[in-house]
Amino acid sequence: MIDRLQELGREALEEIKQADSVKALESVRVKYLGKKGPITEVLRGMGQLSEEERPKVGQKANDVREEIKEKLEEKTEQLEKAAIDEKLKAESIDITLPGREVKQGARHPLTAVVEEIEDIFVGLGFQVTKGPEVETDQYNFEKLNLPAEHPARDMQDSFYVTTDMLLRTQTSPVQARTMETFEGQGPVKIVCPGKVYRRDDDDATHSHQFMQIEGLYVDKNVQMSDLKGVLEAFVQKYFGADRSIRLRPSFFPFTEPSVEVDVSCGICGGKGCRVCKYSGWIEVLGAGMIHPNVLEMSGFDPEIYTGFAFGMGVERFAMLKYGIDDIRHFYTNDIRFLNQFKRA
Amino acid sequence: MLVSYQWLKNYVDIEDLSAEDAAERLTRGGVEVDMLHNRTEGVEHVVVGYVEECSPHPEADKLSVCVVDTKSAKRTIVCGASNIRAGQKVVTAEPGAVLPGGIEITTTTLRGQESQGMICSLQELGVEQKLVAKEYQDGIYVLPDDAEVGADAVAEIGLRDTVLELDLTPNRPDCLSMLGVAYEMAALLDRDVIHPDTAHKESAEHASDHVSVQVDVPKDNPFYGVKVVKNIVVGPSPQWMQNRLTAAGIRPISNVVDITNYVLLEYGQPLHAFDLDRLGSSEILVRRAGEGEEMTTLDGETRTLSSEHMVITNGKEPVALAGVMGGASSEVQDDTTAVLLEAAYFQPARVRKASRQTGIRSESSIRFEKGIDSGRVEEAAERAASLLETYAGGEVLQGSVEVDHRPAENKKIETSAGQLNGLLGMNLSEDDMLSIFRRLRLPASAEKGGIKVEVPTRRPDLEREVDLAEEAARLYGYEYIPTTLPSGVTTPGFLTDRQRRERHMRRFLESAGLNEALTYTLTSREHSSRLQLHTLPGKVDVSLPMSEERSTMRTSLLPQLLDTVQYNRNRQINDAALFELGSIFIGEPGGTLTKQPQEKTVLAAAVTGWWDTHLWQGEKKKADFFVIKGILEGLFNELGVASEVAFVRSSQAELHPGRSADIYLNGTYAGFTGQLHPSVEKEWDLKEAYVFQLDMDLILSYDAVSVFYETVPRYPAVTRDIALVVDNDVPAGKVERVIREAGGSLLHDISLFDVYQGENLSAGKKSLAFSLVYLDPDRTLTDEEVSRAHDNVLKRLEEEVSAELRK
Repeated sequence: MIDRLQELGREALEEIKQADSVKALESVRVKYLGKKGPITEVLRGMGQLSEEERPKVGQKANDVREEIKEKLEEKTEQLEKAAIDEKLKAESIDITLPGREVKQGARHPLTAVVEEIEDIFVGLGFQVTKGPEVETDQYNFEKLNLPAEHPARDMQDSFYVTTDMLLRTQTSPVQARTMETFEGQGPVKIVCPGKVYRRDDDDATHSHQFMQIEGLYVDKNVQMSDLKGVLEAFVQKYFGADRSIRLRPSFFPFTEPSVEVDVSCGICGGKGCRVCKYSGWIEVLGAGMIHPNVLEMSGFDPEIYTGFAFGMGVERFAMLKYGIDDIRHFYTNDIRFLNQFKRA
Repeated sequence: MLVSYQWLKNYVDIEDLSAEDAAERLTRGGVEVDMLHNRTEGVEHVVVGYVEECSPHPEADKLSVCVVDTKSAKRTIVCGASNIRAGQKVVTAEPGAVLPGGIEITTTTLRGQESQGMICSLQELGVEQKLVAKEYQDGIYVLPDDAEVGADAVAEIGLRDTVLELDLTPNRPDCLSMLGVAYEMAALLDRDVIHPDTAHKESAEHASDHVSVQVDVPKDNPFYGVKVVKNIVVGPSPQWMQNRLTAAGIRPISNVVDITNYVLLEYGQPLHAFDLDRLGSSEILVRRAGEGEEMTTLDGETRTLSSEHMVITNGKEPVALAGVMGGASSEVQDDTTAVLLEAAYFQPARVRKASRQTGIRSESSIRFEKGIDSGRVEEAAERAASLLETYAGGEVLQGSVEVDHRPAENKKIETSAGQLNGLLGMNLSEDDMLSIFRRLRLPASAEKGGIKVEVPTRRPDLEREVDLAEEAARLYGYEYIPTTLPSGVTTPGFLTDRQRRERHMRRFLESAGLNEALTYTLTSREHSSRLQLHTLPGKVDVSLPMSEERSTMRTSLLPQLLDTVQYNRNRQINDAALFELGSIFIGEPGGTLTKQPQEKTVLAAAVTGWWDTHLWQGEKKKADFFVIKGILEGLFNELGVASEVAFVRSSQAELHPGRSADIYLNGTYAGFTGQLHPSVEKEWDLKEAYVFQLDMDLILSYDAVSVFYETVPRYPAVTRDIALVVDNDVPAGKVERVIREAGGSLLHDISLFDVYQGENLSAGKKSLAFSLVYLDPDRTLTDEEVSRAHDNVLKRLEEEVSAELRK
C-alpha cells in the first residue's frame, strides 16, 4: 500500500509539473486529493491492515497529500505570476511617446519684470501705486520742477491732447500725486510702474510707448547714502548678489543731486565686453535726492523732510535680463516670442 | 558740443592725459562724453608738397601732370582737380600712404602717365563735405604759403586730433564753450585755467562816435554792447583757426565770420558782426517786433515776426532776429571794411520762442536758450576785437557802446559742512568742502560756523544748497558715499487687494493657456470706433499725431489684439490665444476735453484656431464659444464673483448674433463675449475667432464672495440621472434653473452630461441629460425622501418647460 501511495505521489507530481494552467492544476487537485481520488481510495482499504501497519500507511498517505498540496500551491503561484507577467507585457507602452501637453500661456516679459521689481520693493517696505496716463502739464512737468520754459522739456517731446494735457512722458507725476495724498506727513515709500509716451520714431532702441517704474522714499533724515544702500539692495536682488553699483553725476530737474546708476556687467564681470560697450558697467537707473522745490510743491516741508527718487526703464531691464535686442518685440507680440517667457 | 582735445590744451594743462583719460574724467565728473572721434587714425605719409610744375595731361583734358616737391623726393603726380596750379602748397599722399577708409596709395599709371602719389582734397582725408570751405569743396585743398614742405600735412590741417562729443545735460550750458570745459577739467584735476589773450590796441576814435544803442526791452535784453572795428580786410582766416572750427563742426567762411564763431566756441558767447556801412543808420534799437513785421535773415528766407520776437533794428528796420540769426541786409561781405561787433545777453525764454517759431536752431540760439555767462560778454567782445586786429587787419575803436541792466551782485548761497554732509550721508570736513569750492572757482569762505559761497555768472545752475551738495559729491567722488539703509520708521510693504486680484487674474489666464500681449495705446481713428465695451461719449485725440495709425487713444483693446492675431497668422501661426489687460480712454462729447479723460481698466482676449491638440492620441479641438465661456467662468470663479454673473444673449452688431453673450454682474453690464461677426472676421482675415472684453474696474471693485469652510459631507450622496426631452428653443440654462429651484435644499449638485438632437427624437426637440446629486449633510437620506424631491423636480420641469422624461 505504501508503494501504491508512493506511486500515486509520483504520478501526481508529474502531472503537476506538466500542468500549464491554473485550470489544469485544479483538475490535478480534484483527481488526487478529491473525495473520490485514488489516495482516498487507498485509505479506504486501510481496514484490512494490521494495527502496526495502519499508522505507517496513514502517515505515508498524509505525507503524499501534503507534498501534492505543496507542489500544487507552488505551481499555482508560478502560473499566476506568469499570467500576470504575460498581461503586463501585453500592456507595455512606448514611454518615449510625448505626454499630454498641459496648456500654459506665457506672462508678457514686461509684466514679469514689473512684478519681480514690485515684489523686491514690497519686501523693502514699499507700496505700489499707479496714476493716469493722460496727465496735466502741471503734474507731468511743473510739479516736477520743470516750468514752461525749462530747457529740460526739450529732452522729451511729448504727445499733447490739449494745450495743458498730454500723454505722460514719465511715471514721475505719480510721485507728486501720491505725495499730495500724504498731506505733508511722511514716510512715503512707493513704487509706480506704468506706461509712458514720447514722440520717438519706433526702431530697435526707441519706442513711442514704453514702461517705467518710478520709486520714491520720503522721510526725515533720508540721506544720499540711503539711496545708494536701497538701490544696491535692489540691484543685487534683481541682477545677482555678486553685482555692484556705481553712481555717476547726472541731471534731472526733479532731483538734486542727480545720478545715473550703473550696475557691473554680468557678462564679463566688469572686465569689459560688447554688452557693456567695454566699460564694465551698464546704465540701469536714474536717481537722486528729491529736489526741495518738488517736495515743497507736493506739500512737504523740505526743511524737515528729504527723500530720494529713482526711475528705471522696464524694457531695458527685460532686454538685459533676457538678452532681447529689439524693443519692438515687446509690442509686436509674435507668439513665437511670447512663448519663450512661460518660465519668466 | 564737440571739443577738440588739442584745442582744449590751450586752456588747461592736460599734456599728461590722453584724450581717452580726459574723456573718462569728464564723464565720471558728470559731463558725459558720448563719443570719441579720432579724426585720422593711422593716416601716414601724407605730407605738404609744393607744386613746382603743372601742365595738362597730353592724353586727357581734365587731368594735369604735376611735379611736386615733397622734400624727400620730387614726384610726378597726375591730378584731376580743376583748381590745381603751379606754386601751390598741397596735401600730398606719397606712395605707401593709407587714407581713411583704408585706401592705399601706390604708384600707378594714368592714361600712360606714371603718377607717384596723389594730391588730396580735405574730403579724401575724412573731412565732411559740409565742413569744407566753399572754394575747396570741389577740388584739392590748398595750404597756406607758409606751410613747410615735407611736413606732416595731416597735422597741418589739424587732423592729428581727437574730438570729444559731449552729451550735455540741460543744467550745464557752461560746457557749451571751450573755456567752460576747461574750468570743469581744471576743477576735476585741481589745475589752473589759462585765459585767452584779449589785448589789442585802440585807435583815438571812439565807437560812440559811430553808433548809439537804445534797448526798449531791458528784461528781454539785460545787456547789449557794441564795438566798432574799421579798416578790415576780409579774407581767409588762419589755418589753425579753420582747423579748430572744422573740429567743432563749423565750416570756415572768412576771417571776420570765423572769428565771431571762434569766440562763440571759445567763450560760449554768441557774437554778431554787422557791416557798419550796410547798417543803414548809426543807431541800434533793440525792441519787440511788430505783429506781422517782416525781415530777411542771412539764409535768404523772409520771416514774418510777431510781438513775441525780439529784434535788433537800425532804428527803423530789423537787422537781426535777436540771438537767433542776423539779417541779410547788413551781412558781412568780401568788400566789408568796417564792422559793428555785437556782444549781448538775451533772455533764454525769448530766444527759445523765436527759435521754435522760426525753426532756426543756430549755434547762437542754442547757447542763448540754455543760458550764457552774463558776466563774460565784454571779455568775449574784447577777445574778438583782438583777433580782428591780428587776423583781419582791423583797427579797434576806443571803448564800447553798452546798455547794461544786469544785476550788480552775484548770488550767494549759505550752507555748512554739517548740512551738506547730512544730505549726502558723508563726513567731509569744512576744509574738504572749501577746497572743492576753490577747485570749482566758486569764491567761498567759512563764516560763523557755516560756509558762504558766491556763485559766478558762469554757473547759473547753482541756485541753492542741494546744488552745492551735488558739486561737493561729484568732485569728491560718488564712490566715497557710504552705503546705508534708511534709519526712519519701518512700514509694511504690501500689494493692495485689487493689485493681488489683478495678479490672480493674470495667473489664471496664463494657466488657462492664454499668452499675455501688450499693444500700443495710440491707435487709428478707424480702430477707435470698433468693438467697444460701451457706446462712448467721445474719444481722446492726440493734437499733433506722428501718423494716422497713432492718432487717438484706444477705446477698446480688441482691434489691436485682432491686429496681433492677424500679424501672427501672416507668419503661419494660426492658433492664437491672447489676452491683454490695459486702459481704454473715454473722452467727452464734442471731442474737446475739459478735464482729464476717464481711464478704464479693461481685460480683453481673442482665441482662434486649434485649442486642444493631442495629435498622436487622435484628439483635436477647435476653439469655440464654450472654450471662451469656460475661461470666463473659471476667471469669475477665481475672482469670487461666479455666482453673481449672468450670460445673456447679446445684440452687439460686431458679434455673431447666435454665438455671443453680454455679461452681467449682479445685474450691471460688465462686458461681452462671443464669436466675431463673419464680416468682422473677414476684415481681419480671420476664421472663427472668439473674443471677450470686460470692464475690470467694475468686476474688481465688486466684493468677492469670501472663502468659508463648509463641512466635508460625512453621509453618502444619492445620484439620479435624468434625460429630458424639451423643445429646441428651451435654453439649457433655464432647465437647470428650474431643477435648482425645484430641488430645494436636498439637491446638492447638478451637472449636464449630454445634449442630443436627431434620431429617435421628434423634430424640433432635443434631449438634455442631467445628473442630480442629493445630499443631506446631517444624515443619510432615505430612498423615499430622495424620490419625493426628485418627483417634485420632474413635475416642475413638466410644468415650466414642458419637459418629458426620455424613455
